[in-house]
Amino acid sequence: MSARVTLATAGRVLRQLRRDRRTLALVLLVPPMLLTLLKYVFYGQEETFNRVGPPLVGIFPFVTMFLVSSIAMLRERTAGTLERLMSLPLAKLDLLVGYGLAFALLAAVQGTLAATVGFGLLGLDAAGPIWLVIVLAVANAVLGMALGLFLSAFARTEFQAVQFMPAFVLPQFLLAGLLVPRDQMARVLEVVSALLPMTYAYDALARATADDLGGRLAFDAIVIAGFTVLALVLGATTLRRRTP
Amino acid sequence: MSADEPAIRIRDLCVRRGGSLVLPEISLEIRRAAVTGLLGPSGSGKSTLIRAIVGVQIVQSGEVDVLGSPAGSRELRRRVGYMTQAPSVYVDLSVRENLHYFARVVGAPDERVEEAIGTVALGGQTDQVVGTLSGGERARVSLATALLGRPELLVLDEPTVGLDPVLRRDLWNTFHELAAAGTTLLVSSHVMDEADRCDDLILLRDGDIVATGSPDELRDRTDADDLEDAFLVLAEAS
Repeated sequence: MSARVTLATAGRVLRQLRRDRRTLALVLLVPPMLLTLLKYVFYGQEETFNRVGPPLVGIFPFVTMFLVSSIAMLRERTAGTLERLMSLPLAKLDLLVGYGLAFALLAAVQGTLAATVGFGLLGLDAAGPIWLVIVLAVANAVLGMALGLFLSAFARTEFQAVQFMPAFVLPQFLLAGLLVPRDQMARVLEVVSALLPMTYAYDALARATADDLGGRLAFDAIVIAGFTVLALVLGATTLRRRTP
Repeated sequence: MSADEPAIRIRDLCVRRGGSLVLPEISLEIRRAAVTGLLGPSGSGKSTLIRAIVGVQIVQSGEVDVLGSPAGSRELRRRVGYMTQAPSVYVDLSVRENLHYFARVVGAPDERVEEAIGTVALGGQTDQVVGTLSGGERARVSLATALLGRPELLVLDEPTVGLDPVLRRDLWNTFHELAAAGTTLLVSSHVMDEADRCDDLILLRDGDIVATGSPDELRDRTDADDLEDAFLVLAEAS
């Protein structure tokens, strides 16, 4: 692995994003817009808005980066740039970590903006530190990206890759505990949810915003890191130097 | 490794793609510091052979040695430049941004970027986004990318398709300058009029090597006036 190649890859991915102004605007503006929407959906139910809103600030980047990175990697495959890169002195980790750095930076901006609007303008309230919400947002973004990169290997077209969002992300969102506490779900779903990465992403965010900064939060953070590493390793196995 | 060792040595190469046998057992040698043309109609297996040489193709059996190492070896990634048939560059980046990125990847100094842009005559489009370029211009960006690392072996899959004749002549001159300086070039084409510009030729048809030799040798062997006729004679004889 080489720092030069990794940083060049991160820079290249950011440059590509910068050229796509509309995508950039959507990535940055949709979360604050959705939070605003949510505030008025739960009009007069401040308590519900305050329970759901803060964790969402940290969940949005997971979903966004999952989608963006899976499409980006699919494009590398279909455009032949991946084949070219695989024939060059570039380590698979250079590519994956380069993507990770670029999307982590984007997630930091996205999370900060959503947190500023949510906590500053919309009256969201968190007992815990807001910076920790942003840190978790970045970690979740990298997790979402790693999963997106891995799963994109199983899509042949962009249509298929887009469908992975409702197929792999939406169930995790439903089971994470945000909508219904996990211990109130059917037992089998509770067990299944314990195997899904977003469950830990949500739990960490819920604890951070409730100022419950104990061992459980640390455990969640370790599980998130573990899932990220696992997804990156699996992702690396889908980057083939030789293809049929 | 001595200079008269071939740059590429292939023995009994078999490649299957999508269930059909694309290369049914090919053996050949390609010499160093020369421009070898890989000629054949579309679908004859040129790209598959090239992919096997670059080491990105899964092969069924046989040996492919490149610059003294098995094709696809890690150390060859710095020594072999590869231009794919479809331009594999980032359409959402400018010409310069593309080349800068690939220069970093291969560890080439920044001034090589301008040099490569000059070689493919894209000086006027340096800051243009590749997606807005014509097909021929995109192919030139892709070619420039392959030149960046000054590789010992350049493998170019149809580098001159759709190019202006003047530029095409200039590129062929560049290829020969590179070969004179010691670079080995393997250039594929489906246009027979390019065959005469090569030092050596490999004629490929339906995955089989129909003939190898210099353009003059092939003409002499077939009593043909031009290489198109020579190809016909050789293809019918095989």
